[in-house]
Amino acid sequence: MSPEDRRVWRFIGAVALCMALSVPLSMALGVQYDYTLTHVALGGALLGALCGMAGTFAVLRGQSLIGDTLSHAALPGVALAFLLFGREPLALLLGAAATGGLGILLVNWLSSTTRLKQDAAMGIVLAAFFAIGVALLSYIQGRADARQAGLDKFIFGQAAAIIARDVVILGAACLLIGALLLAFWKEFKLLTFDPDFARVNGLPTGWLNGLLSTLIVIVCVIGLQLAGVILMVGLLIAPAVAARQWTRRLEQMIVLAMLFGAFSGGSGAVLSALERGLPTGPLMIAVACGLVLVALLFAPQRGVLWQLRQRRRLRGEV
Amino acid sequence: MPASPYALEINDLTVAYRNTPVLWDIDLRVPSGVLMGIIGPNGAGKTTLIKAALGLIPRAAGDVRFFGLPLRQARARIGYVPQRNSIDWDFPTTALDVAMMGLYGKLGWLRRPDRAARQAALAALEQVGMAHLAERQIGQLSGGQQQRVFLARALVQNADLYFMDEPFAAVDAVTERAIVNLLGALRKQGKTVIVVHHDLQTVAEYFDWVTLLNVEVIASGATSEVFTEENIRRTYGGRIGALPAGLNGSPEASAYVA
Repeated sequence: MSPEDRRVWRFIGAVALCMALSVPLSMALGVQYDYTLTHVALGGALLGALCGMAGTFAVLRGQSLIGDTLSHAALPGVALAFLLFGREPLALLLGAAATGGLGILLVNWLSSTTRLKQDAAMGIVLAAFFAIGVALLSYIQGRADARQAGLDKFIFGQAAAIIARDVVILGAACLLIGALLLAFWKEFKLLTFDPDFARVNGLPTGWLNGLLSTLIVIVCVIGLQLAGVILMVGLLIAPAVAARQWTRRLEQMIVLAMLFGAFSGGSGAVLSALERGLPTGPLMIAVACGLVLVALLFAPQRGVLWQLRQRRRLRGEV
Repeated sequence: MPASPYALEINDLTVAYRNTPVLWDIDLRVPSGVLMGIIGPNGAGKTTLIKAALGLIPRAAGDVRFFGLPLRQARARIGYVPQRNSIDWDFPTTALDVAMMGLYGKLGWLRRPDRAARQAALAALEQVGMAHLAERQIGQLSGGQQQRVFLARALVQNADLYFMDEPFAAVDAVTERAIVNLLGALRKQGKTVIVVHHDLQTVAEYFDWVTLLNVEVIASGATSEVFTEENIRRTYGGRIGALPAGLNGSPEASAYVA
């Protein structure tokens, strides 16, 4: 391991320590971790870690906005599942995955068979699905159905809805996706870095691509209820973008992205649970984007301040 | 294994993009052990030819064999150096890490590169004069150094047949020397190397075999036989920059500038 790598790993260790210390610090500031808040914080942190894992690959594959299309396209699925099966968590998840996945397939089909560019295709699919979703949601809102409450929370996210079962689902997803990434680490890495080379070497790039995309879909769908469809993409990519600035290896980037994600998700969820009616998604994303801002300014070599200093030093030498 | 004198054998290969043929009815035989340059104007389909042969883009028709075998059975004997600008060099990884990727195909599922893989990668980097930058992040390398990392990765593949896509494009003199030396070393080991090339001036110096391509194969064979002024004219039409000096053509043709 090179000295520079060791330095980055030490930095990552320090970040982990600081984030762990934020829990006792918040207690000292008067936050009461009762049964509900513990679940909310745990759920948020687990979701953030999941997003860090999936987001690292989404960002490096240049697929950041796929997450945006996906989460917006999931809304009509949620509404339809509610109309058909009521407020059944599993049904809502499957509904979200169904229309979200359909949206992605539609984007791929549009950009491969028509002259539409991918960004235009994503814009159109995103808008169409979201429009249908909002219309369905308003329709549900207007019905005299007592069990409808909370469905509109899907738009901005609602952490207070987290119960023990959600924490278990998030934890299981973390283990499953973490295990898959570990098992196929070198394949995913090569596929992301140089897909043509991977294919020439005989890797089954078709199904590896499918597997990686499926992981991103799963993370987005699981996160919808907490982060909300509008800002889900922020939690997916912001921790990875922030982590990218501090590191020089994929291994370091994904670990740091998980830490950043866990911190953003956890603290956002806690903040939103402190006051009734505060939406979770925006608070999580605000924290995550704060981390991005700090990274863009202060990261060695890639940071703005570092580059300014470098330029000044060069000018001094001239 | 059926013995074939040809490292690469292409029959009736056609590739089309939106109904326009990019490659038309290519027939090509490359004997084992040659250093072959593929030359032709921009848009002639040089890169497409390599990619179609390697199954990276779909072909409308045609059959490709490597050492007499279909691609699936010959993969382990094929090395590939893609165009340098085909990937994102800001990817968080080091030169050593990239060189080790040459072993990923052979390692098999669930296996991680071990110490031996690391040694092989370091040796390959050494061979292209990059061992001292092994721990450098690839984004911090110059274009020529990045190209040499790609070559090291191909060396690690330890193939019998190499495809290199424009390895000489926009590289510094040191890198150019390193690549030429490497080609010589590979040749000496009896490997076959197929290089997409754009500089007519150096063709005769670098390659003993050449294919002139412009959608169709204009000519293919030993450089001394097919790299003639007439064939170059037929390949490039009126778009020749400067004909290589020393070709047995008229002096005014050698100085011809389009």
